[in-house]
Amino acid sequence: MPKTISEKILADHAGKSEVFPDELVEARIDFALGNDITAPLAIEAFRRAGAKKVFDRERISLVPDHFVPNKDIASAIQARMMSEFAKEFDLPYYFEVGRMGVEHALLPEQGLVLPGDVVIGADSHTCTYGALGAFATGVGSTDLAAAMITGRIWFKVPPSIKFIFRGKLRPWVGGKDLILYTIGQIGVDGARYRAMEFAGELIDSLPMADRFSMCNMAIEAGAKVGIITPDSITEQYVSTRAKRPYKFYRSDPGAAYEAVYEWDLSNIEPLVALPHSPQNVKQVTQIPKTPIDQVVIGSCTNGRLEDLRLAAQVMKGRKVARGLRCIVIPATQQVYLEAMQEGLLQIFIEAEAAVSTPTCGPCLGGHMGILAPGESAVATTNRNFVGRMGHVESKVYLANPAVAAATAILGRIAHPGEVLS
Amino acid sequence: MKIKGKTWKFGDDVDTDAIIPARYLNTTSAKELAAHCMEDADPGFASRVKPGDIIAAGKNFGCGSSREHAPIAIKAAGVSCVVALSFARIFYRNAFNMGLPILECPEGAERIRTGDELEIDLDSGIIENHTRQETYRAQAIPPFMQKLVKAGGLIEYVQEQMQGLE
Repeated sequence: MPKTISEKILADHAGKSEVFPDELVEARIDFALGNDITAPLAIEAFRRAGAKKVFDRERISLVPDHFVPNKDIASAIQARMMSEFAKEFDLPYYFEVGRMGVEHALLPEQGLVLPGDVVIGADSHTCTYGALGAFATGVGSTDLAAAMITGRIWFKVPPSIKFIFRGKLRPWVGGKDLILYTIGQIGVDGARYRAMEFAGELIDSLPMADRFSMCNMAIEAGAKVGIITPDSITEQYVSTRAKRPYKFYRSDPGAAYEAVYEWDLSNIEPLVALPHSPQNVKQVTQIPKTPIDQVVIGSCTNGRLEDLRLAAQVMKGRKVARGLRCIVIPATQQVYLEAMQEGLLQIFIEAEAAVSTPTCGPCLGGHMGILAPGESAVATTNRNFVGRMGHVESKVYLANPAVAAATAILGRIAHPGEVLS
Repeated sequence: MKIKGKTWKFGDDVDTDAIIPARYLNTTSAKELAAHCMEDADPGFASRVKPGDIIAAGKNFGCGSSREHAPIAIKAAGVSCVVALSFARIFYRNAFNMGLPILECPEGAERIRTGDELEIDLDSGIIENHTRQETYRAQAIPPFMQKLVKAGGLIEYVQEQMQGLE
């Protein structure tokens, strides 16, 4: 029977010839990860279970990224729990501050998560790795603990929904806009429990950074995974990085989809998700002139080198508007280094933006840019729920890095063309 | 197993940041998490909720982050069960892994209001609303989840499996 890429990866990892939507399977995992918020609970569960060893020390990564560099004493204690666990079990892929990055930018960059993998992470944005053609999904800490012990996890096989993107994108429109458009169309539960498969000519030519942004936000539509068929663009990205062999899967012709959406997005302008839901999507040109207090450029959604290049292109030779704070956060040390070598950091600093060491920080209202009551932010992050970046009466608008940069320069939500024209 | 309690009703798409804001995630203490449960949706919830109370909500309850702190906070606040039209998938897993019973019941999610006295039979999925004199039938808990519940949670289930290997 013809199968989707998600079903084929799951079948292989469950030791079955085929699997069917809604079937419960127990699958072998290739990689598991946790961060400084979720790993401490997982470590407690691991010890409670009485486990004495991990299933494979080279297939577990612990990444302190949310509240590090430690924001307070409680966070420091949580981070230490992770580093001590990593030391005890001699985990080679524990990334200390100075080597770490935002986990979903870091692990693909390091070649630790690969095409054809089944990856589980105690972080909802684990679905990012679907951009590589992996079946990757977020789970809770207890699931992570069980997986660290057994190397296996149970899944309900998700039905797949196919999204076909056609047309030619306008300037300043990219992967972030494609996924915001999708969530705007189907809603925050439009793909609940489903695998979102992104395809079509726009995806075929989409760079890896944009693919990561898209798959990253599949969870914002409720999906279990967001996945893209690996191709020559994927191969170019992984071939020099991969720490293990990998495998390209693709959906069979005639595979069954629960729904198929087909959109020509030639005419969309960059999009913005208005407070307080990622589904409140409008074209930036349709939004009234909205004053903004803070701009954040970074995160697992848009903190990659390509994202910083876009922002720098808009900000070069200009200054951040008076009354606005702009915070730029390269997602990994490697991104930071390359941004420095390319002169991007100089552009940001000369524009009077703050440049931070990698951290999730403000995205989840952790630290490094918390909002006061009544303040508004434009962020290249992934969630704009009530109180997400600070006070319960603050607001977050989600946008791509070029829109965020234009907003930083003009002090209000802006189209990049308004700055560069 | 039967549960009896008073209901707290919430709307659609209650996200995990509303259930337990990230600013409180620098601890794994269930008691501390419970003190801030539902804080950004209803600041008075944590101080007024009584042991055994029930949360009812609309679609997609628990959407957003994978933080297990969300079902931990709800359970430690004394909530005995969550009834919703539907649940976000990671929250669904986490709730069973934590031993927090949750039921999908579109009819109940629509009819139940704050303050309603409910009696829930977890085995049959029958929800009796004593305030409105109504009965709703929730979707039965899938057999695999029942195994987890029976073992007492995922860790206990894994322990059983580890003992089986020895």
